[in-house]
Amino acid sequence: MSRVPSYPDIESREEVLAPPGRLRSVPGVIRRNPLLAVGAAMCIAIFLVAVLAPLIATYPEDAGSATHPLQTLEPPSALHYFGTDQVGRDVFSRVVFGARISPLIAVLVLAISVLIGVPLGIAAGYFGGAVDEVISRVTDVFLAFPALLLALAFAAVMEPSITNTVIAISITWWPWYTRIVRGQAASVTGRPFVESAKATGVPHRTILLRHILPNSITPIIVQVSLDVGGVILTASALSFLGLGAQDPTPDWGLMVSQGQAYFTTQWWLVTFPGAAIFLTAVAFNLLGDGLRDVLDPRRVLTTR
Amino acid sequence: MTDPKLSLRDLRITFGPRTVVDLDHLELGSGEILGLAGESGSGKSITALAVLGLASTLGARVEGSVRLDDEELVGAPESRLREIRGSRIAMIFQSPVSSLDPLLRIGELFERTLRLHGDGKHEAAERAAAALREVLLSPDLLERYPHELSGGQAQRIAIAMALALRSEVLLADEPTSALDVTVQAEILDLLRRVREERGMSVLFISHDLAVVAELCDRVAVMQLGRIVEEGPTARVLGEPEDDYTKRLVASVPKIGVRA
Repeated sequence: MSRVPSYPDIESREEVLAPPGRLRSVPGVIRRNPLLAVGAAMCIAIFLVAVLAPLIATYPEDAGSATHPLQTLEPPSALHYFGTDQVGRDVFSRVVFGARISPLIAVLVLAISVLIGVPLGIAAGYFGGAVDEVISRVTDVFLAFPALLLALAFAAVMEPSITNTVIAISITWWPWYTRIVRGQAASVTGRPFVESAKATGVPHRTILLRHILPNSITPIIVQVSLDVGGVILTASALSFLGLGAQDPTPDWGLMVSQGQAYFTTQWWLVTFPGAAIFLTAVAFNLLGDGLRDVLDPRRVLTTR
Repeated sequence: MTDPKLSLRDLRITFGPRTVVDLDHLELGSGEILGLAGESGSGKSITALAVLGLASTLGARVEGSVRLDDEELVGAPESRLREIRGSRIAMIFQSPVSSLDPLLRIGELFERTLRLHGDGKHEAAERAAAALREVLLSPDLLERYPHELSGGQAQRIAIAMALALRSEVLLADEPTSALDVTVQAEILDLLRRVREERGMSVLFISHDLAVVAELCDRVAVMQLGRIVEEGPTARVLGEPEDDYTKRLVASVPKIGVRA
């Protein structure tokens, strides 16, 4: 580099673009993205309630098969914060122990669905052609059945249990993710930076993992966070029909289903587990929304 | 001209029954800047992709011969082609910003690409910084994301990547078409300097004859997949022999001349 000509206007152009004042530290993320912090805090709270359930619950044995025939359907009081149910169990204790079940079902179902759905969708979108045809047609077959019916069918041939609930719902859940990711991956594949990566000798595997996947994942994060509530309710529908978690299990969805009969007179049976489902859904929603913002460098810059 | 760096012979590119390129002979000398001119759809870009063995990813069939020094690239195994892509033949594109992955900082892109071609982590970082200085950019840009760059900066970075990889041939597919005129002049200057200092051979694809006239040593004019005229730039654009070239030259607006 002997004689390097200088371009005076280059320096000035660089000044126009503000230096990237990106904050990657934890306090920085909270300040820029308070909703993410709230969502994360709520998720941690749910997790802590699940772990510490025996300490928090006022009547831990009520989460099991205990019954108290003399104190059924009592309204909320200092003794029973959320009242008691139709067999006299403390609703508060059951809701607390439910944090060990419903969110776990949701997380497992969504994790399995993402693990199956996303790789298939990415492969279909990137490779196209025959690979796409096969994956898309299989997906279509699964999507052609109403999800709940399909889950019912699978649940019916298996023993009613939480594990089998998770399997049955996952089978109906993954095709949606495949479809979302496929479209996204196909459009990312057509963008010039993929061609550019190929032109620098990057192998398919690396392109898929490092370029296509990160650029296609945002809609899935949002969808997963929206689906938490949906999975809990689907699981409760299975329980309601006798195919999922069974009675003494303090599953929130099951509690809502069973409480329906008493809703007009004993509102607390449905309201508290329902509120727990709602808060869980909101927590994951905020978390998902916040993650999307953090993962997109453009959005981080434009929020301020 | 001594031995050509890159030579294409009897290159036929077909999409199903349609032949899009039917090229007898095209040579790129060592340290030469060859213009490949022609209207949209004349087969310029697919020819460049075929050189890299990438035309097939678009569903095209490639027959004939593409030689880099003495090595035949048509039909070479994919693993060999991957080694050649980037490290010996680099390509830059029309839309410089969207040719960079929006989620990768420039520094990460350099690190990954250079390590892919065998550099160590430390070596890659140094080489990236040096390459940015060579294209007159501050190494601070390695911290940036693509959306924080101007089009000119992004195109310089694409050229810096070719320099960092020590590519011998640069396929430049309309590299200045999306840039405004002053930035375009800077990029042309840079390409000229890269050729002089590194001896890089450049295949410069453009529909813009004014730019071709300014930059290229020789020019090949392409129409409907065939080369209709080829020769030194001044001769081809000054006294065109082929009808199509004549019309192409006549279509360039001249300042102060009324059509």
